[in-house]
Amino acid sequence: MGKFEYAPAPESRDVVALRGSYGLFIDGDFVPSTGDGVFKTISPATEEVLAEVTEASPDDVDRAVSAARKAYERTWSVMPGRERAKYLFRIARIIQERARELAVLESLDNGKPIRESRDVDIPLAAAHFFYYAGWADKLEHAGFGPDPRPLGVAGQVIPWNFPLLMLAWKIAPALACGNTVVLKPAETTPLTALLFAEICQQADLPPGVVNIVTGAGATGRALVTHPGIDKVAFTGSTEVGKEIARAAGRKKVTLELGGKAANIVFADAPVDQAVEGIVNGIFFNQGHVCCAGSRLLVQESVYDQVLESLRRRLTTLRLGDPLDKNTDVGAINSPAQLAKIRELSDSGEAEGAERWSAPCELPVKGFWFPPTVFTGVSPAHRIAREEIFGPVLSVLTFRTPAEAIAKANNTPYGLSAGVWTDKGSRVLWMAARLRAGVVWANTFNKFDPTSPFGGYKESGYGREGGRHGLEAYLDV
Amino acid sequence: MNEAEGEPVTTVTIAGPDLRRFLDGLPGVDSVGAEARAAVLASRSIKTTAKRLALDLAISMIDLTTLEGQDTPGKVRAMCAKAMHPDPTDPTVPMVAAVCVYPDLADVAAAEVKGAGIHVASVATGFPSGRASLEVKLADVRSAIAAGADEVDMVIDRGAFLAGKYQLVFDEITAVHEVCQGRAHLKVILETGELVTLDNVRRASWLAMLAGADFIKTSTGKVSPAATLPVTLVMLEAVRDYRQSHGRQVGVKAAGGIRTAKDAIRYLVLVNETVGDDWLDPDWFRLGASSLLNDLLMQRTKLATGRYSGPDYFTLDS
Amino acid sequence: MSETVAASSAPRVAVRKTYKLYIGGAFPRSESGRSYPVTDHKDNFLANAAMASRKDARDAVSAARKAVAGWSGATAYNRGQVLYRVAELLEGRRSQFTAEVRAAEGLGARAAEAAVDATIDRWVWYAGWADKISQVRGAANPVAGPYYNFSVSEATGVAAVLAPQDSSLLGLVSVVAPAVVSGNTVIAVASESRPLPAVTLSEVLATSDVPGGVINILTGRTAEIAPWLASHMDVNAIDLTGAPDDLADDLADAAADNLKRVIRPRSTDGDWTGSPSLHRMHGYLETKTVWHPTGM
Repeated sequence: MGKFEYAPAPESRDVVALRGSYGLFIDGDFVPSTGDGVFKTISPATEEVLAEVTEASPDDVDRAVSAARKAYERTWSVMPGRERAKYLFRIARIIQERARELAVLESLDNGKPIRESRDVDIPLAAAHFFYYAGWADKLEHAGFGPDPRPLGVAGQVIPWNFPLLMLAWKIAPALACGNTVVLKPAETTPLTALLFAEICQQADLPPGVVNIVTGAGATGRALVTHPGIDKVAFTGSTEVGKEIARAAGRKKVTLELGGKAANIVFADAPVDQAVEGIVNGIFFNQGHVCCAGSRLLVQESVYDQVLESLRRRLTTLRLGDPLDKNTDVGAINSPAQLAKIRELSDSGEAEGAERWSAPCELPVKGFWFPPTVFTGVSPAHRIAREEIFGPVLSVLTFRTPAEAIAKANNTPYGLSAGVWTDKGSRVLWMAARLRAGVVWANTFNKFDPTSPFGGYKESGYGREGGRHGLEAYLDV
Repeated sequence: MNEAEGEPVTTVTIAGPDLRRFLDGLPGVDSVGAEARAAVLASRSIKTTAKRLALDLAISMIDLTTLEGQDTPGKVRAMCAKAMHPDPTDPTVPMVAAVCVYPDLADVAAAEVKGAGIHVASVATGFPSGRASLEVKLADVRSAIAAGADEVDMVIDRGAFLAGKYQLVFDEITAVHEVCQGRAHLKVILETGELVTLDNVRRASWLAMLAGADFIKTSTGKVSPAATLPVTLVMLEAVRDYRQSHGRQVGVKAAGGIRTAKDAIRYLVLVNETVGDDWLDPDWFRLGASSLLNDLLMQRTKLATGRYSGPDYFTLDS
Repeated sequence: MSETVAASSAPRVAVRKTYKLYIGGAFPRSESGRSYPVTDHKDNFLANAAMASRKDARDAVSAARKAVAGWSGATAYNRGQVLYRVAELLEGRRSQFTAEVRAAEGLGARAAEAAVDATIDRWVWYAGWADKISQVRGAANPVAGPYYNFSVSEATGVAAVLAPQDSSLLGLVSVVAPAVVSGNTVIAVASESRPLPAVTLSEVLATSDVPGGVINILTGRTAEIAPWLASHMDVNAIDLTGAPDDLADDLADAAADNLKRVIRPRSTDGDWTGSPSLHRMHGYLETKTVWHPTGM
């Protein structure tokens, strides 16, 4: 017990009105499935059931695609950009108005700390809609020709790690460019997508422009292989991404997949901020981040100092109830993910790396994993090569900038990288040589709707965010 | 230097060009990152029992201050009375840590708080500007101690620091430290608002500690910005690192611009999560303030009664 | 008793608006104490508008200069949000603006409504440029050497804008919005004969989140005020749209004293209903190119 213990500071759940069960959002209404599939979504922190959700059958997916097609042809693609823009501005505004409700719901369904959903996820989602709303009537200035046209109907499948934000990254640019969408949220985190459907109704969005079909792998497969869609957008694992690429046929595809980012710390780094950057890089969102800095590459000359500072810093991380405003580390999203994290961590020990975890009390119910650091990691270890997608950091060393580059790039992935040094020319030299779609210098995990995000190599192709993000949804 | 067993100690004496190289060679501070860290800590939600504890701790860490040209013995006496009994209707309210005055009123303050267990801090060395000869500065210190101050808050020569004359700044501090040795605790005011960059704050912190400071203090309160969370964060990191390498613990005082209980609690969170329990004590962390005390009392009353209070119910300190 | 009966049958007298200047977020009368009568297209009296003097212009420039650091220092996202909210307020006052535009320009009801709708949509269009114009203008330049080289856009500073004489609201907004969206601050001189919608716009601005001084609106004689703005050494740019040709040439001449960036009206401006070109945003933006070596 320290001298200054923080009392519980829970965010109230009252702001959210959970329904017992949710239908599918097709053609502007919540409708039942033609089949009888249902599944439950739970809170990963307490294991309580939050709601019953409909599992969309291939028939339901078919209906949704038809609704999207009809809306595309009759309403959305013929609507002037400035009118589309105003719908998107409305949606952005309503997200801001219902921000607290969305944040609490996101933390309940996903397990992430309320501070993050409140301060990062929801504001970024609103900002994404604001940004792309402004492009809807300016496409001729976007550098894609005098009259770039939309693709048609987009089938979009998103992951569970940033549910509403990933939805915003998909829907906002698609609609701005004149496409209509059918989106499938992840099966463990459908609730904010369903609330978003309500927001579309509140904004009087024409029916069929946005359709939400909930379900798991089968629903996703039915959607991305549907002959009636023109475009597939997927964020998720590299494994599934490859399947989608194989099955794509003529459809245009963008993929945002896994990563195993190197966070590179030089001897002249601003060390206290670098330690924060390391912590943020791998423990933000419990490490459930495709661009997480999951490999720390620290210059050998400062290894002891950095590791000591890092361990000291990790002892002040607060793990627990996601709805407590002081929680830093929330729950692991599902038992399946927890099992995967455990399996890979055990392999780390088995392969000879040293394991250290921040001392913290894990709640009895729910799915939890303490922030963990592996040292003595060699590039050949599984924990250095495979994406763990959890709060596990693998530490390796390097001697020279060239060696750091070689080690950082020595992976099939290429989503992001971090560089910590006080020397400007080195920042730029490293950035020029890192094979990664996002390079963070003296910072980490920074996102903005104006900033293009996406990977090299097996981290996928296509960019989301910025002017570049329009390309995925235009026939250019 | 503390040579307690097992603790790492640096025995190299750093002086002259070595001092400059050492200070300039300290790790840089990325200001965007430092400000972001301070902002996250400022978003901590301190409620109920934690808030009660924090309010009382904050009160006990206050250096209740009056440093005005128009100060009189009457004003100082009234402030001292407030320091000893912040809320006459509630004896459970802790006393503040110290009163802080100009040297020529230190005798008045010392007489008022005698035996109460409150320190008497006096500013010195040509406060607040520090623009005077060393001779005059030392005389200022001697007069404060003779008048009964057991803590001295000196200012560094910021002009010399910004001109790169680190050795001069260092020598002044050691001279003052020598005068204070055994008779008064020395707090060294960096005047961070004039140093401007966080890199300078880090360097000045180390300089002051190497020269013997018992406390490093952010500001005189006469220049804006005074204390800020990012500046205090950097100073706390400095005292943490210094204790690790030199085995000696130095305190931190945040002064100026801390007006509300909410501000004060944010500083305590900063201390808690940067350096921990060892500094969560009036012997190692102080808040230099004047109007802060009444806001802390108001918040304390609200926690106890459940009602919002008003200024009529708390005594003025003048 | 009888008074109540009498009162209910007497026609209600309206409380008429006073039309003042908008400087630094406040509504002063002209320091010269002057005003001038504004009439509708049939020469009927509408109201007295303040007649701005050179000192009012001077004060407006001072207010605009004070506001530059904060406005250009705000994030583009923030500017976009603030400007979008202005559009929300404009929408709320749609019927008021329609009535004023009708009276000012003699338009039929539907034409006036269309003009107001176009105004609101125009404002939304510009708000959406705040966080995009730099992406369209900027570049990382592939120089032939080990340097990272990038060009960014920055606001030029304080802009004097002479609003079109005929289009009292749509034209006004079409020349003011492009300047502020990227961080410039503006002294707008409203149409001389049709200034009243501009004053109502200033009421919208005063109740929005646009900081005081970012947009200042002067009413009065264009030929009297414009030369003081054109020759002012602390004004960085001037839009000559509302100046008749002979005056415009004199103003451009004076503007050359500190090499103000000069924007001239174009035939493509037309009746302001067409989709704007980007030249009015480009005109208020400087390009800064930065070099930095890349080396380990």
